[in-house]
Order: sequence, then C-alpha cells, then structure tokens
Amino acid sequence: MPTLNIELLESKLKENFNENILSSDKDADMFTIVVTKESYHDVVRFLKEDANFNFHYLTTLCGLHYPDSPFPFGLMVQLHNMPENSRIRVKTFTGDNEPTFKTLTDLWPAANWMEREAYDFFGFKFTGHPDLRRILNMDSLEGWPMRKEYPLEDPFRKDKDDKMFGR
Amino acid sequence: MTKNQQVTNPTNTALQEKDYTILNLGPTHPATHGIFQNVMKMEGELIVSAEPTIGYIHRSFEKLAERRPFYQITTITDRMNYCSSPINNMGWHMTVEKLAGIEIPKRVQYLRVIIMELARISDHIICNSVIGVDSGAMTGFLYIFQWREFIYEIYEELCGARLTTNIGRIGGLERDFNEKAWEKIHYFLKEFPAGLKEFENLLVRNRIFMDRTIKCGPISAERALAYSFSGPNLRAAGVDYDVRVMNPYSSYEEFNFTIPIGTNGDTYDRFMVRQREMWESLSIIQQAIDKVNALEDKTSFHGNVPEFFLPPKEEVYNSMEALIWHFKIVMGETTIPKGEVYHCVEGGNGELGFYLVSDGGRTPYRLHFRRPCYIYYQAYPEMVKGSMLSDAILTMSSMNVIAGELDS
Repeated sequence: MPTLNIELLESKLKENFNENILSSDKDADMFTIVVTKESYHDVVRFLKEDANFNFHYLTTLCGLHYPDSPFPFGLMVQLHNMPENSRIRVKTFTGDNEPTFKTLTDLWPAANWMEREAYDFFGFKFTGHPDLRRILNMDSLEGWPMRKEYPLEDPFRKDKDDKMFGR
Repeated sequence: MTKNQQVTNPTNTALQEKDYTILNLGPTHPATHGIFQNVMKMEGELIVSAEPTIGYIHRSFEKLAERRPFYQITTITDRMNYCSSPINNMGWHMTVEKLAGIEIPKRVQYLRVIIMELARISDHIICNSVIGVDSGAMTGFLYIFQWREFIYEIYEELCGARLTTNIGRIGGLERDFNEKAWEKIHYFLKEFPAGLKEFENLLVRNRIFMDRTIKCGPISAERALAYSFSGPNLRAAGVDYDVRVMNPYSSYEEFNFTIPIGTNGDTYDRFMVRQREMWESLSIIQQAIDKVNALEDKTSFHGNVPEFFLPPKEEVYNSMEALIWHFKIVMGETTIPKGEVYHCVEGGNGELGFYLVSDGGRTPYRLHFRRPCYIYYQAYPEMVKGSMLSDAILTMSSMNVIAGELDS
C-alpha cells in the first residue's frame, strides 16, 4: 500500500510554494494537488528532485476540458515513486483560450510525446518543447478534437438526420 | 522551394543532405508488424537517425469513449492491444468497479486471473516468436503458434470470440467457465510446458540467435525510467517494477511468483524476460485453479450488482424487474458516482492505465488511456541510433509495439 507521508508533503509544499497550491485532496484514489499554472513546472520539478518524495517516474500526462468552469483548460500529470510505491496527481487549470504551459521535457524525455498528444487533441502549447506538432491526427486537421465543443461525427454528413435520435 | 517555406516532411528535408541515404521503413512493411513509418537516415548500413511517424490507424478512442455508456467502452479496449485484449477488458471493468465501489467475489477474481494470465502468455508468444522470425528462425514461430491458437480456443469457450474478446462484464464475468473450458485449460497446463521448452531449446542457447540479439538495441535502466518504460521492457533493463506486485488488483497479492529481470536491456534480455514470465504465468494459472477448487463458493461468477450486471436472458423475457434493469443497463441509465479514478493493470507490454473522470452521467466525462507502448516507443530513435538496419527491425519487434495500442 502507498506509504506517502502526506503531512510532510503538505507542509513542504506550503513552505515552498505557499499560495500557489490551490487545493489538495487526500480522499481521492491518490493524493491530488491543484496548483497554479505559473508554479506548475516548479512544483513538478520539486516533487521529482526533492529527496523526501522522489517522484522520479512520469506515469502519464493528459489534457482536461471543463467548458463550464471559469478555468476550462487543465493538465493532469501523474507521478510515481517506485521504491516507496507512492503516487501523486498534479493538476493545473487556466482560463486562457490558448493555454500555454511550461514543458516537462527538460525533466523527462517521456513527456515529449505525451505533450504532443495534449497539443494534438487540446491545442495546448508547451513552451520549450523541442518538437511540438501533431502526432496522431493528420497535419491538415483543423480544430482540437478532444475539446468538448468539437463534434464527434462529421458535421457535414448528409445521410443522417437528427429527427429521431439526435446527433 | 523558397527559403521561407516550412518543410515538414522529413523525407524532403533530408534529401538536401547528399551524404546520407534516406530509407522509408513503412508505413506498411512486413517487418514492422503494424502500420507505422520510420524515416531512417542511413550512412551505408548504419542508422544515423530515425524519425518515427505514427497515427496511421488512429481511431480516436478517447473521444469515442465520451459518447459511449460504460458497457460499450469494453469493445474499444479490445482494439488497443489486440494481442492480449482480455487484460484490457478486465482493466476497464476493474476501473469502473473501483469508481462505483463494487465488491467482487473471490472466485471471480481468481477466474479473472486465469484469463489474464492466459492472455499474457498469448501476448508473449506472439512477441517472442516474432523476434525469432525477424532474426531468421521461422520454425519456432510455426510450432509455438499452435498454442496461441489453443489459447484463442479457450477464449472461444469462455466468451465466444477469439481476437476482440469483449470478455467479462462490469461486476464479474458474463458466464461461468463451462466443462469444455476447464478441460482445455487443464490440457493447456499439461501440454504447453513441453511446447514452450521446445521453443526455448530452439532459441535460448542458439549461437546464431544469441549473436543476433545480445547487445542489440540496448537501453540502460536510467534511460528506460526517464522514458517511462514499463512492463517487460523496463524489467529487461533491470528495474523490478510490476503492477501486479506494486499495486495488486484482482487478488494478485495472494499469488506466489517472481518477477524476472534482465541486466542489459537489450533484445535478448527482453526475449528472456518474456520467456521467463510465461513460466511464471503458468504457475499463477495453476495456483488460481487450486484456489478456485479450494473455495466453498463453487458457482458465483459475478458480484451482486443488478445496476451493472446484465440479468440472464430467461429472466429478462419473463420478469418485469429484470427487463427494466436490462433496459437501463443497455441504455446507460444506471447511476454512477461522480469522481475520478486511476486504475492500472499489468498489460502484455506494461502498465496499462485508465484515468476515468465521471460527472455522474451515462458516459465518462473524460477517459484517458495510459498506453504503455505509445510512451516507450518514443525511445526507439535513441535505441537504434548507430546500429545496423537489421538490428533496428529486431529492436522494434522485441519492444512489442502494437499498432492498435500505439495509435489508440
């Protein structure tokens, strides 16, 4: 079972980042913190490099979109400390329409394609990313498919109508 | 071409550098085992750089999943790593069960372990025998594939399908193992070790095979961790990380097995780790069967969750309540708690994770798949740099890159 010392982590985060830690959640399936966009890279670097916590493994990174929220675009990063077997989830949100985050590729080369995926599907820019272009979708695609307003079906199809089932 | 024009196609950029040969490996090439392209810059037969292009069979699973009720997402997971789809199915069911807090009877957990370990064996059979084929040893492939075929026959007895299994349900399995299935599993346990031993005799200490694979496409443990490797590829580099042990699911903590690790992280180590894992899987299946037999509960194959588990057809046709549940489940009208959950299982080629955000609606609000081979395939250019073209082919097949999972 996870042995993360949450009290120590919370106090250390408070000490180093103060009001940049917007909230933390102990009851979720893993310890979750929400941080400001400005401090996001520093918090992740701190979690990776601090000897007490040593979250050395980047498990996954993905974009989030909550169109009804004042801060609609978010980024979720999950880190893992293998020797202690503890995991943490870091989230950050922004109200910009063209969200820009600092890249994590300077910390992990694995972040390269994960961030390209977030760019490809959500249109997030990552400053400092070595090769930010579409990865799974075709280069000529317009729009950002995983944003909620993007229609699932081709809106130009004429062979289906929405009288009965809706679109 | 004017200077200002942005050149995005790597083939065009490289053509200006006359010293190198540009080789397109793929998009369809018999040795890539899937549709992905590599533009290789070659000097003679040495690879100077490789530029992978992926996404040829991208089917937008994450977007599709936002439109589908939880039930219908199982079929999406089938099509990710199609060499071991039962593991994906189980992983997805367990994610939803974790979110909804569903209790699963012990017997079902052991039956799931049997299915998942069979799937792991079939996945490793494909990968390892294909390493043999790519290094020129066709025989092992032809002989061991009858066992992969036999595992598919077991799937057929369990769920009726072979490749895209859609096996199990949220809350359990759709039916109990039948007599024929048990018979086949016992036959498999009895006869497969001889087949696997035969395959090992062909390759493991074969001088030609060893010369071809040792020091071919190596990666250090440090780089493998930096590239977020997981599964057999990470273990071949010497890191003993296995989700089954670190975050046990489906009662894996009750089983006794070892995690094989390698030292060099090269093709031979990856081959050997997978080979050893097949033996461990066999022992896990045997232990699971013993545990199932030792249980007092001889019949249960699903938990008591009417809001997720489809009622049997006879009841649907004959009772009102079952019909209502059936309708509600199929239409996705059952209640699911709000929240977010991450669940990972040890898939055929690494940590297969599901990050599920639910807003209480009929479909996931957001579903993100952590696909292991999407993450580790980006290390491929680094691994093949400076090696021969034929080693690049072997490195790719030993990394077990599955196009369906890569492109989601």
